Amino acid sequence: MSTNPYQDDRGNKDRSIANPAGSGSLHAGSYSGQPQKGTAGEPFLIGEAMTGGYGGGADILHGCTIAVDKGEIAVIVGPNGAGKSTAMKAVFGMLDLRAGDVRLNGESIARLAPQARVARGMAFVPQTSNVFTSLTVEENLEMGAFLRRDDISGTMEQVYGLFPILRDKRRQKAGELSGGQRQQVAVGRALMTRPSVLMLDEPTAGVSPIVMDELFDRIIEVARTGISILMVEQNARQALAIADKGYVLVQGRNRFTDTGEALLNDPDVRKSFLGG
Amino acid sequence: MDFLNALVALANFVLIPATAYGAQLALGALGVTLIYGILRFSNFAHGDTMAFGAMVTILVTWWLQGAGITAGPLPTALIALPVGIAGTALLLLAMDRSIYAFYRAKKAKPVVLVIVSMGVMFMLNGIVRFIIGPDNQRFADGERFIISARDFKTMTGLDEGLSLKTSQGITVVTAVIVVALLFWFLTHTRTGKSMRAYSDNEDLALLSGINPEKVVAITWIIVAALATVAGVLYGLDKSFKPFTYFQLLLPIFASAIVGGLGSPVGAIVGGFVIAFSEVTVTYAWKKIATYLLPDAWAPDSLVQLLSTDYKFAVSFVILVIVLLFRPTGIFAGKSV
Repeated sequence: MSTNPYQDDRGNKDRSIANPAGSGSLHAGSYSGQPQKGTAGEPFLIGEAMTGGYGGGADILHGCTIAVDKGEIAVIVGPNGAGKSTAMKAVFGMLDLRAGDVRLNGESIARLAPQARVARGMAFVPQTSNVFTSLTVEENLEMGAFLRRDDISGTMEQVYGLFPILRDKRRQKAGELSGGQRQQVAVGRALMTRPSVLMLDEPTAGVSPIVMDELFDRIIEVARTGISILMVEQNARQALAIADKGYVLVQGRNRFTDTGEALLNDPDVRKSFLGG
Repeated sequence: MDFLNALVALANFVLIPATAYGAQLALGALGVTLIYGILRFSNFAHGDTMAFGAMVTILVTWWLQGAGITAGPLPTALIALPVGIAGTALLLLAMDRSIYAFYRAKKAKPVVLVIVSMGVMFMLNGIVRFIIGPDNQRFADGERFIISARDFKTMTGLDEGLSLKTSQGITVVTAVIVVALLFWFLTHTRTGKSMRAYSDNEDLALLSGINPEKVVAITWIIVAALATVAGVLYGLDKSFKPFTYFQLLLPIFASAIVGGLGSPVGAIVGGFVIAFSEVTVTYAWKKIATYLLPDAWAPDSLVQLLSTDYKFAVSFVILVIVLLFRPTGIFAGKSV
């Protein structure tokens, strides 16, 4: 329970005076660890030995390390409640870190707020509410490029090239699209900043298997353009199949870390997480 | 002939006044709906913001009149309007910095902000009365009529006169311009789109690099412009009295909710729905009935459904009826 009296509106259901729709819940995390200098040859983005939780609550992550190199796909998998999404949020600055460090290109970004990390070239696609439903597809993409002052038409063409269906639907409101198309808009919006790292929180949640395969193909294409991809996935088998690096988390700790292929072939991983 | 007379009487006493009043309510409701959509609370201080904007404009108008500057046939207040808007914008931005920003930083729930806006309402109430006094102020000058009733009668030879006041003409023209500008701004400019994006999904707006504080500041500036324009137009059309503006809050809220809170189109439609209902229900239809009905059926009473004292009740009856059938308002805004 929140102890903030300003957030107490118990019993108020009157939408004619209060409008909770779309209000922000993004938590900018604090950092009380020691930022480190990056070592030569370390991955492009690394969340190193991250330990932390929300506010004064118990730690959710315990010395968890997540890293991804340029143009690679790193996938975080694990059972429910393993802290997969939390680990991703920690890398993006939405968790209160008590130890460890997050470095981008050898420089610590652990003290930066999430929006400052966006400006540094990190793009984040949340699991839900990841499109502006009342804006058209094109406006969604324009908003993705809000920080840019140069001509965005080239990037928009690239996104339309990647997701051709969006070009046909560009004048339609994003809220009217199907689940799979929305995910495409969400990824497209994130790509509009021309990020160096793209972080996806369960991009295939709630989409059909065919759409999922299609989406994974697109993600591989994005990685080939040199963008690092860090992804949390529920569909472990399919995700590891496309991953350069796989992280299996259990209770906020790294359990297995290897290439995607090696993890798929590891009998321990197969038995405990992939159902044989 | 009788039919024409009835039509002219209808236009003179119902259509024209209701259109002007509707435009004023629509401008007020647009301000309320913008705050509701972007800052996520119902701003109870809106009526008094209108009063403040009108007050600044009136003071500048008096100064201009004293200096001998007028706008010829148009009211001098139109020249003073930009100063009024700037003054109100400064006030609202100062209020935001000193009051609302604190609650935003605490991530206060909207209902807390509603109560805060009531406090602001009382403050503005006091400030306006302290500066200009609680009495009626007249500041309209220039040509009073575009068409006066007598001219109309001699022109057409009808028994009924039709008068179109300058203030009514200006109200409608200004409202159309302001609304067109606002819609163009919201749909075609980067900043306007970022405001809609922020209203839609605050977190995603932040992740896209949209600066919330800038969106909030621009919203207040636009609201200042809308409130001042609405306040000055209402004052030109009727007269300026702080308490009347405070009371205007009721039909304005009703307009915004009937149209669909958070929907700018809804605010405009709602404004006209409320204005037309108020005027038609409180108008004495005897004259028009006498023209249209055979002599034997001519009514003895005034055929007034409701005394004008009850005009505020009309807003709320309409509100209840619309919400019973369409809980989201006419233009599916946010469900209330």
